[in-house]
Amino acid sequence: MIRLERRVDQPRWLKVAVPAGSVLTALLAGAVLLSLTGHDAMETYQLLLERGFTSQGAFTATLTAATPLLFTGLCAAVAFRMRVFNIGGEGQLIMGAVGASAAGIALGDGPVVITVLGMILAGAICGAVWAGIAGALKAWANTNEIITTLMLNYVAANLATYLVFGSKSYWRELGGTGAMFPQGKPIAEGAHWPSVDFGNFTMGFGFFLGSVIAIGLFVVFRSTRFGFQVQVIGDEPRAARYAGMRTKRAIFGLMALSGAIAGIGGASDVGDTRYVLDPKALQQAGYGYAGIVVAALARLNPIAVVFVAILMGGLSNAGRALQGPDFPAGLVGTLQGLLLVFTLGGELFARYRIRRVAAEHAAADPADTPGGAPAVTA
Amino acid sequence: MIAALTHLLAQVPDAPTTVLTSGRGINDNLFVIIAISAIFYGTPLLLAALGEMLTERSGILNLGVEGMMLMGAVAAAWTSIHASGPGWSVVLQALVASMVVGGLTALLHAVLVITFRVEQIVSGLAITILAGAAGLSSYLASTWELASGPVPHRLDLLDVGGLADTPVVGPLLFHQNVLTYFSWLLVGFLWWYLFRSRTGLHLRAVGESPATADAMGIHVNRYRYVHTVIGGTLAGLGGAFFPLAIIPLWSDGVTGGRGWIALALVIFGFWRPELILAGAYLFGAFSSLSLTLQARNVEVPTQLLDSLPYLMTIIVLVVVSTGWARRRVGAPAALGTAYEREAR
Repeated sequence: MIRLERRVDQPRWLKVAVPAGSVLTALLAGAVLLSLTGHDAMETYQLLLERGFTSQGAFTATLTAATPLLFTGLCAAVAFRMRVFNIGGEGQLIMGAVGASAAGIALGDGPVVITVLGMILAGAICGAVWAGIAGALKAWANTNEIITTLMLNYVAANLATYLVFGSKSYWRELGGTGAMFPQGKPIAEGAHWPSVDFGNFTMGFGFFLGSVIAIGLFVVFRSTRFGFQVQVIGDEPRAARYAGMRTKRAIFGLMALSGAIAGIGGASDVGDTRYVLDPKALQQAGYGYAGIVVAALARLNPIAVVFVAILMGGLSNAGRALQGPDFPAGLVGTLQGLLLVFTLGGELFARYRIRRVAAEHAAADPADTPGGAPAVTA
Repeated sequence: MIAALTHLLAQVPDAPTTVLTSGRGINDNLFVIIAISAIFYGTPLLLAALGEMLTERSGILNLGVEGMMLMGAVAAAWTSIHASGPGWSVVLQALVASMVVGGLTALLHAVLVITFRVEQIVSGLAITILAGAAGLSSYLASTWELASGPVPHRLDLLDVGGLADTPVVGPLLFHQNVLTYFSWLLVGFLWWYLFRSRTGLHLRAVGESPATADAMGIHVNRYRYVHTVIGGTLAGLGGAFFPLAIIPLWSDGVTGGRGWIALALVIFGFWRPELILAGAYLFGAFSSLSLTLQARNVEVPTQLLDSLPYLMTIIVLVVVSTGWARRRVGAPAALGTAYEREAR
């Protein structure tokens, strides 16, 4: 008979050992899958490490790939903290890219500070509005935000596709090759976001901005009234209402904040990377869903999101660089999924103590457990 | 989409390309065509939503429907290409394979949320990310080179009693494939199971008040395991409908978010099989509207029509989330919460 006892407090070593064990198990499961499907697991992992992190120029590309994940990861982490499940990072990022590319096209030839600020603002507003729809419905109409944010993802993708492929909109390039093949109108060169050279690697402005936002969020959650409210509403909404907190307003505000962050991610996609609204590529990338993985692996800690985003960015960067018959599509997503599944499952070992007990003992009164800790039989 | 369109036209007996014979004239009108495609595109939604309904009735929320459908789709496509035997047996094997794989994917969710006590929402999302369009289903499809050619053995339309040409009801009732007929039987069976059988009563008790059910001697977690896995088999079956009936050539993410719509349908249908059937066909009609209208040369922006099912989901959800609807027919009370015996 196996018996689970909830741990009253977690020893320090477990906080390191459990995630490490989970990652190792996930890699092992991935290795089994790779071997079963006729690939050399060790070689694949080594290639991933090389192309993601250690080879020439790899880290620069990894940071670029990590940037959208950083934003969507923060987007999910912020909302999930209050147990508001914003799955709409995807659509909010797309709307941010729509807004930012319009700003980039309009402001293109102005001073770079104004242009960049304009693009960030436009992206944030569009993302916030898109998330705000679901936030308002959740707050005042009690509508399940998981489904609404998801449905809005598809609507946003269709909208962006319509702007570039289905109409002669402001976002569409009508001259040159654009007359033949529908494509987005590129932003002016003056609107490209700056990047910083660190010698070994280059960091785009988007990644820097995302890291600053992460630190800001960390502080907000740790030591402001809003951060406290988020925690209380997340843990016990009824207690929060009795304490006089405006929970509806907080839900709406948090969703808008979460969407604004994803929207800035969209702005960074236009300003840092693609310089154009590219709906097809954005849809294919699936940044929003990967952001949920990032947030969950980082246990909703904004600072940890930065590092997990780099890790996941490295994986997807390597996946892109290596894609071919030996390195099938979907492998990176599978590995990310395995990491997530095993990390989630592994938390059991951090939260509960697992005991083998004799059968007749297991039936004893729960009050027998040390410190009165609740016990369960499974 | 083009493949789906040509296929639809080939399947629909009253498509403009076929010769008009007696009784077919009336079946060529827009209403009948929309009704046919509502059923056709609604069937996978119906199967997946019925599965999710069973799962949610036990108190387990599984957001991994999209992932389970895609795993079922991959399994069905692989089996259809590689299994040997006469066509009908290959298709049968493909359907069984999709159910097994869908069930196994759901089992992973069940283990995570019931035994490992992972948050149900997060675990379901993890399942969809692991198995979904950019994950395992895509990995397996490219490892097995499923996209190299169309699926050879597929679900054929049956002409039941030779009545397929009967005006209006012929194509709707007597000219469907096996899976559609199965889904109709399933709706009836599940209604009986939930509301007339003892096990169904126990199931509802588990979903509404697990502590009470436990006190009555019902094995709460056993019910939850079984119904989560059965939900997964039905999602897998719904996924199989895509390679076997809708889009013969594999492409990643072939279900195109239908798993999420199925989730919304369960809410829309108030966790009742007969209402879920109505909802599934409504969504089926909407998701095929752009194809149907294009085929008739009606000029409407495709992206607008493609957005309609999603927008409609939101509107419907808002309506059913109002206090009035919630009081009358709400979600199972224990939905989304783990049952820990000591916490009761």
